[in-house]
Amino acid sequence: MKYQPVIGLEVHVQLLTDTKIFCGCPTKFGSEPNSQTCPVCLGLPGALPVLNKKVVEFAIKAGLSTNCSITPRSIFARKNYFYPDLPKGYQISQFEDPICQRGWLDIQLEGQAVKRIGITRIHMEEDAGKLVHGDLPGLHDGSGVDLNRACTPLLEVVSEPDLRSSDEAVSYLKQLHQIVTWLGICDGNMEEGSFRCDANVSVMPVGSDTLGTRAEVKNVNSFKFVKQAIEYEIQRQIDLIEDGGTVVQETRLFDPNLGKTRSMRSKEEAHDYRYFPDPDLVPLVIDDEWVERSRRELPELPEQRRQRFITELGLPEYDAEVLTANRALSEYFEAGVAAHGNAKAVANWVMGEITRSLNDSGTAIQDCPVTPLLLAELLKLIDGGTISGKIAKTVFDEMWKSGKAPHVIVEEQGLVQVSDSGAIEAIIDGIMAANAGQVEEYRGGKEKVFGFFVGQVMKASKGKANPAVVNQLLLDKLKG
Amino acid sequence: MSISVTDVEYVARLARLELGADEKEVFAGQMNAILGYVEKLKGLDTDGVIPTSHAVPMENAFREDLVRAPIGVDKALGNAPQRSGSFFNVPQVIE
Repeated sequence: MKYQPVIGLEVHVQLLTDTKIFCGCPTKFGSEPNSQTCPVCLGLPGALPVLNKKVVEFAIKAGLSTNCSITPRSIFARKNYFYPDLPKGYQISQFEDPICQRGWLDIQLEGQAVKRIGITRIHMEEDAGKLVHGDLPGLHDGSGVDLNRACTPLLEVVSEPDLRSSDEAVSYLKQLHQIVTWLGICDGNMEEGSFRCDANVSVMPVGSDTLGTRAEVKNVNSFKFVKQAIEYEIQRQIDLIEDGGTVVQETRLFDPNLGKTRSMRSKEEAHDYRYFPDPDLVPLVIDDEWVERSRRELPELPEQRRQRFITELGLPEYDAEVLTANRALSEYFEAGVAAHGNAKAVANWVMGEITRSLNDSGTAIQDCPVTPLLLAELLKLIDGGTISGKIAKTVFDEMWKSGKAPHVIVEEQGLVQVSDSGAIEAIIDGIMAANAGQVEEYRGGKEKVFGFFVGQVMKASKGKANPAVVNQLLLDKLKG
Repeated sequence: MSISVTDVEYVARLARLELGADEKEVFAGQMNAILGYVEKLKGLDTDGVIPTSHAVPMENAFREDLVRAPIGVDKALGNAPQRSGSFFNVPQVIE
């Protein structure tokens, strides 16, 4: 039998605020355990949580950027359960009336039609603390609890079960990741857990309209693992059904070392969180004016910018895609175009030399030693015939190393292109005299030798001869 | 609606409470009394009334995203039955 996978994703997006969602403790990663805590995030009796306004602003931006409606009146709820990393015995989250509802993202796999993936809801909540096990300095038997992360602001983005393959899931996830990092509301660091994903996976016979029982796969912290975990889980469920078994609803943990999912301790009873409105937090009312103000403050989003690069700057689709991979890169590119004017020329350099050098040195585009203005100046030197495209690469390497302006490097190293026909003729004459045999071959009809002469002339001029002039003069002289 | 001893046991389990047999009986009776009292509301016409989530007519209490100094590790761990280093020490949690 053929099976159809059905996948829905729950993504936790850690927000880039300076402080926690309900108290003023800093959210910095990697501090001494429990050093970023106060009565609120420790869950001490009588402490009063107060909502961080920035969290609301970030949530509205995320909602508007994913085509959601912003809920005019939303409330916070307590989700009750016991775990050592949850000091209050409940997590403050949103249950009924989350801040954003009913959105969507369009995805497109290569060679396929655009597909719309529904977003059920986006809600705000606090993170739990962290548990550590194993060898710790001075740790008695047991586990350690660090509450620095407790109360860190999260958005949970819940998709509809609209995804039908691991590739679709990864495509949706990448787009969501691009949007939240573009908005500057999340650093997107998956290894540190700033952007984490749980996948709900089920399978049903092709043609059926009854969803199968789903398993929730947790702990997938890279795009690669998301793909692996979903594919493993799909196959596991199919094998189980084919062997006459049934899929049970459970939480499964992905083990990246084995590339497998495994059952977490099965719960003897279904989760019963007893959600109820949190009396400590008053309702959140967002009027149209607030929503419109947020909408006006939104930056141009990646998809819009990509379209504009194609229609206004005339870039090929591929270039537009690459240059909008992240906001900083697209802004670098635009600054270069503003300073130079030729979008395609700037695109080639940004996608070529710049990207290569950034990758080789592990540098972020924000820290690129060659500014867009200096890049534009370099391109102008090529346009004006001062240097050749080949020499430009040498100049670029020097700019990268020293941060100097291109005209300074050209002057210092005497790299100005030689277009003076007298000087080039002298070189050609010398080379023809030294290679009489090849001259005869050329004149005998073996035109391929022409390339040999070009190479020799460029070499003799240390790459500085103007290639167009060299070609013309060589043609004339070889004719004899 | 009537609360049975089984309901009391279920809620007690969620709350990690251990109750004796006589206590279960007592609580079932008390819960029924409370719910019976609240049942009276069913006699009212509540069409078009938004469910009350909060008793106080207030909305939008915010704080700005400004750091306030944490209380420090020693104070944070001051009430802990057991600490190890800068961690709270709890019984082994198996995942």
